[in-house]
Amino acid sequence: MSDYNFAYLDEQTKRMIRRAILKGLAIPGYQVPFASREMPMPYGWGTGGVQVSAAVLKPDDTFKVIDQGADDTTNAVSIRRFFQKTAGVAVTEATEEASVIQTRHRIPEAELRADQILVYQVPIPEPLRFLEPSEVETRKMHALEEYGLMHVKLYEDISQHGDIATAYAYPVKVEGRYVMDPSPIPKFDNPKLKMAGIQLFGAGREQRIYAIPPYTDVVSLDFEDYPFQPTKADHACDLCGAEDSYLDELIMDDAGKRMFMCSDTDYCATRRKGGHIGAQGAPHREDAA
Amino acid sequence: MHEVLEGGFNDVPVQAAQAFRAVMTAMARPGDIVQVCGAQPPAPMSVAAGAVVLTLCDPETPIYLAGSHDTEQVRAWISFHTGAPCVAAHDAVFALGVWDDLPLGAFSIGRAEYPDRSATLIVDSAHLANEGAVLRGPGIDGTARLSLPETRAFQQNAALFPLGLDFLFTCDTRLAALPRTTRVS
Repeated sequence: MSDYNFAYLDEQTKRMIRRAILKGLAIPGYQVPFASREMPMPYGWGTGGVQVSAAVLKPDDTFKVIDQGADDTTNAVSIRRFFQKTAGVAVTEATEEASVIQTRHRIPEAELRADQILVYQVPIPEPLRFLEPSEVETRKMHALEEYGLMHVKLYEDISQHGDIATAYAYPVKVEGRYVMDPSPIPKFDNPKLKMAGIQLFGAGREQRIYAIPPYTDVVSLDFEDYPFQPTKADHACDLCGAEDSYLDELIMDDAGKRMFMCSDTDYCATRRKGGHIGAQGAPHREDAA
Repeated sequence: MHEVLEGGFNDVPVQAAQAFRAVMTAMARPGDIVQVCGAQPPAPMSVAAGAVVLTLCDPETPIYLAGSHDTEQVRAWISFHTGAPCVAAHDAVFALGVWDDLPLGAFSIGRAEYPDRSATLIVDSAHLANEGAVLRGPGIDGTARLSLPETRAFQQNAALFPLGLDFLFTCDTRLAALPRTTRVS
C-alpha cells in the first residue's frame, strides 16, 4: 500500500482535469484551460502529460512511457516509476501490451488499437504563439477561425527555403475547425494523428488540455502546389534494417562517422527479435539491453 | 426511505477512476454504450447517473435538477456526496433529469472564445440501445446508432459547433454520450 492517493493527485484535482478532458473530446482540437498543479518534477519534464495520465489511469492499466520514441531515457523511466509507485499500475515497454501510453514527441510506429490511449506531453500548446504573443489575440483568432497568419508563415518558409521547412510541431486542422499543435512530433508522424485510439494532450506550464477522439479528421496544413510531405532520413535503420520507421542520427566518433537507428526503441527491438538485422546491427541477444 | 448518507463510492479513488474511464470512452466514441456502476443514488436517479455525479461534480460545478429529479432526497444526496450547489438552468455546469423536463434553450452553450464553458446534460432514460438515429462524426468509424429521444434538437445543437451542449444518456447501469460534434440523422 502506497502512502499516496491513487495516482498521486487528490480527487478534486482529478475531477477538474477529468471535466477538462471531456470538454476537450467534445470540442476536438480546442485548448481547454485547466488549473495545472505543481508536480514533483520540473516544468518541461511532462507535468501536463503526467496530470492527464493521473486523471485517466485505473488500477488494472498497463502503462508505457516513451521519450522521443525511447523507453529507456531518464524522463521516460522516471515517469514510469512515478506511476508504478503512486498508482501501482503494471508497466511495459511493449507498445502492444500497453493500455495507456504517455509520450514525449513521438507517436509509436506500431498502429494503435481502439482500446489504447495516447497521452502527449506538450510544451507550447498554442500553434499561433510564436506568430502572436498575446493570449487575448490568439484566443480571438481561434474564435473567429482566423488562421491566415499560419498560412503566411508556411508561405514564408517556401519563399525563404524553397520548401515548407517546418519539420516538427507541424500545424494541423482538426475536423475542419481548430488549428492545433500536435506537440513537437516529427511531421513524419502527422499522418498517424488520425487513429483508432483516443489522443489526449496535456500542457502543464501553459495549463491547457486538448484532445482528438478516434477517427477524427486531422489535416496537416499545406498548399495545393506544395502539398504536405512527411519526411524522414533517407536511410534504413542500421540496427534492424527498417525502412519505414523514423530514424535518429548518431555521430559515432570524432571523424564524423554516422549511424541511423529507429527512434522507437520497442519497434526496433521487436524487429531484431524477429531476426531483422541492419547494416551495422548484431543479432539480438536477450541480455543486451 | 433512502438514506442520504448511503450510496456513495466505497473506494472513491478507484471507483471514480473506473467510472471516469467509462464516461471518457463514451464521450470519445459517441454511440458506444458503457457500464458505469458503484453508486446507489435515491430514485428516480439511475445508478449510472449517480456514478457520473459522484465522479465529475463537486462544489465548483453548479447542477440543475429538472422536474421529477428535483426532489428533497436527490438534492440532499448530491449535496452530501459532492457539495455541488443546486442552481437555475442558466447557471448550471451539469444538469440532471429526464428528456422532457430539460429546458434545452436555458443552458449555457459556451462563448466563441471559451466553447468549453457549456453545460453537460445527464439525461436519465428508460431505454438505451444501439438502434434508431444514425450518428456520424469524430469518434465514430463510419456510422453508429443510438436510441435518442428525438433528432431535431441534436441537429440544432450540432449546428452551433464549436458551441453547444454535450449529453450523457444514462439508463440503469449503462451510459452513452452525444457530444456537440455528432451529426444525427
